[in-house]
Amino acid sequence: MPDAFFLVVGSRTCAHLIQSAAGVMIFAEPRFGTAILGERDLAGLADANEELDRVVADLLQRRPEIRTLFLVGSCPSEVIKLDLGKAAERLNQQHRGRVQVVNYSGSGIETTFTQGEDQALTALVPLMPESPTPQLLLVGTLADGVEERFLTLFERLGIGPVASLPPRRSTELPAVGPGTKLLLTQPFLGQTARALQAKGAELISSPYPLGVEGSELWFRAAARAFGIADEHTSAVLEPLVTRGRAALEPHRKALEGKRLFLLPDSQMELALGRFLQRECGMELVEVGTPYLDRSLQQQELDLLPADVQLSEGQNVEEQLERVRQSHPDLVVCGMGLANPLEAEGITTKWSIELVFSPIHGCDQAGDLAELFARPLRRRGALTFA
Amino acid sequence: MELTLWTYEGPPHVGAMRIAASMQGVHYVLHAPQGDTYADLLFTMIERRDQRPPVTYTTFQARDLGGDTAELVKRSIRDAADRFQPQALLVGESCTAELIQDQPGALAQGMNLPMPVVTLELPAYSKKENWGAAETLYQLIRTLLKPQLPPSGLTKPDPKRWQEQGRRPRVNLLGPSLLGFRCRDDVREVRVLLDELGIDTHVVAPLGASPEDLRRIPQAEANICLYPEIADSSCRWLERQFGMPTVSTVPIGIGATEAFCAELQELLGLEPTTKGSGHSRMPWYSRSVDSTYLTGKRVFIFADATHAIAAARIASRELGFEVVGLGSYSREQARAVRAAADELGLTALISDNYLEVEAAMAEAAPELVLGTQMERHSAKRLGIPCAVISSPLHVQDVPARYAPQMGWEGANVIFDSWVHPLMMGLEEHLIGMFRHDFEFVDGHMSHKGEKPPGPQEADPITLAAEATGVDEAELLRWAPSGQAELSRIPFFVRGKVKRNTESYAQERGIVSITDEVLYEAKAHFSR
Repeated sequence: MPDAFFLVVGSRTCAHLIQSAAGVMIFAEPRFGTAILGERDLAGLADANEELDRVVADLLQRRPEIRTLFLVGSCPSEVIKLDLGKAAERLNQQHRGRVQVVNYSGSGIETTFTQGEDQALTALVPLMPESPTPQLLLVGTLADGVEERFLTLFERLGIGPVASLPPRRSTELPAVGPGTKLLLTQPFLGQTARALQAKGAELISSPYPLGVEGSELWFRAAARAFGIADEHTSAVLEPLVTRGRAALEPHRKALEGKRLFLLPDSQMELALGRFLQRECGMELVEVGTPYLDRSLQQQELDLLPADVQLSEGQNVEEQLERVRQSHPDLVVCGMGLANPLEAEGITTKWSIELVFSPIHGCDQAGDLAELFARPLRRRGALTFA
Repeated sequence: MELTLWTYEGPPHVGAMRIAASMQGVHYVLHAPQGDTYADLLFTMIERRDQRPPVTYTTFQARDLGGDTAELVKRSIRDAADRFQPQALLVGESCTAELIQDQPGALAQGMNLPMPVVTLELPAYSKKENWGAAETLYQLIRTLLKPQLPPSGLTKPDPKRWQEQGRRPRVNLLGPSLLGFRCRDDVREVRVLLDELGIDTHVVAPLGASPEDLRRIPQAEANICLYPEIADSSCRWLERQFGMPTVSTVPIGIGATEAFCAELQELLGLEPTTKGSGHSRMPWYSRSVDSTYLTGKRVFIFADATHAIAAARIASRELGFEVVGLGSYSREQARAVRAAADELGLTALISDNYLEVEAAMAEAAPELVLGTQMERHSAKRLGIPCAVISSPLHVQDVPARYAPQMGWEGANVIFDSWVHPLMMGLEEHLIGMFRHDFEFVDGHMSHKGEKPPGPQEADPITLAAEATGVDEAELLRWAPSGQAELSRIPFFVRGKVKRNTESYAQERGIVSITDEVLYEAKAHFSR
């Protein structure tokens, strides 16, 4: 949503995190900012609400193209109980007709960064118009190219109309109602799903569209929900599946039999583990996830081996001890851990790349496998002898 | 409340992490939520560190807030003490924990831990990273040296005492830390420099030091305050309590390195040596005819105070540049930056708002920017060459090669890295001479560039507008003869000529800018 802006109301730490965390400071600049709380705001010398109004007015004057403003709560704004819901209401009054203001909590007191997407989308639900018209609603961000591709495929399957949350333009929010069937593109959107279900939408349960198998099951689940005949669905999907498997093959050779340890980071770990185990032949040492929402992940759980070692939550020292003991061939982890593990001789893959890369769908399965095969290939290719 | 997109400095607890991660045998328990663990990657990614910073986060969650977060703090402290068995433990809190007021330091002090515990109180809503780093180093030194405090009234130790003790004089290097600019290489270079002067390097801290090393600080004759942002408060305390003199000249640039050597020799009672600058190629490179084109190049400087002040001195005296803007985000050192700017007839820009810095940069119309990562981005946007001279830095500013800023070799490195982004003098002439060749069409100086544009057929105004970067409305003030002359001026100085001519015309109420006006303006400005 290029016309949306995310204003974090927090501390210097928040601003520092945004600019350092993903190393994306140049790209994040047009969409992110921080209203940094100062001593005066905390001591009550300045009315934090008045200050926020001033900062927002400033921002909107400088950036007239903003149509939707997300006020993002932070750890400190939550602890001092700054009511951003009220602030959003007030700002909506002040800037009516120009910009819509919503709020959500991006607090790092809770679990993990992918929950931010869930919270932001949840904040948009109350603004969606209501309509009983039957439709398929894709929920979750996708790379533009992948989204286009999915729309084409749904059309071939005979499913339509198809809408997306988030939409490309923040002002063109899709409708929701009893005719809406929800298909999640990411496994971490539990709150958004529940908010949409509360508006009458029906959730299509499925594994997530990662890998050939996951993508096929995902499209099949949608087709069944729309009463499309199995033969037709198969006729559309089979060529994709065959091609996807062929694209996987060279990477499968690199990954097969290799031992994989997924450290908890993005909540995509179950789907990735399932893909890498079933389609790429990897052996799962441990699948960690920061938070396990069984209502959204049951189908993924069912596809994992019965004896898989799952861990929920983060205790980095203990997890690292298990990594060192089991000495896996590949560890999927956050950026803070990658170089230290590499220095210990353990090959790693950063999980953040999986959130930013186009990896969804049968056509991307080869690319997804390649992301994991590359570190192994690289390690094999380097020699300093 | 202050709106910001980028910040020059992180919060003060990140400064404390820099000290902890720079040292050996120190561990930092940080009362902070999960979200604050991002700071690990500053070290593992930007510095490519092969180990995690020695930090244990308590990672309290919302559900802990109603209950007993103090118990969580104590558990984290105990676990960290058992697991890592550090020689000294730092205990502090981040911005959010500061609001809950669990006082983790007091909790730790009451736990009878086997190692010294240093409580860090770093106000997150008023102070920043460098202050946090300086305060952490100071508190560590103070805590560890408390048992050695000399009784008051004792005479100051004589910095020339080494002469009677039959050994070489020794000094400490204070200030180098992780995420500082080229500290690793500066330490190596300064060690060599000191060795050549007959001086031993005693303790280097915080980089690579253990708590045991900090306890040895008073054995040296003097402290060298290499980076005042980090070490100033520690040096002043050591001066007050232990009577240790501080060497405050920062040896960046030829002149400063000479002054640094002279200050040390005088203080320690060493024979002054002949000029050591023969060790550096920089003075000759700067004097050589090829460098003539550097004369009067307009530079804009914005950095931490240490590097901004040094850069201003090198640029103006040793490279013959014209400094057209000087500033720093280091408010604690603002006075020194202001003094350096005064000397150059400038007003220092003291700001931590990078947009304000970008505006000042655009206004100054420099030909070279020396700055931080932020200025690199701003300069890129404005199409001005830039060299990074200070933190905050990015992974590319931590080079694999030996690239100090200090000492004789540092001066060589500075010459190369500042001159490299500029177009060479002869190249400027050649491009001027051959600029009608398709290879040198505006904006393309590279042989790798896209294919040359075909013959153009457009009306002269549009053509001139495209060629000169003057928009059509503005062109009305530029007579055809003026436009023609402007388009003959090499594109890399054209902006400046255009601006100068327009302001010249405006001041004199000239409505139509002819070729004559352009040359009159040129003569006016070349006085």
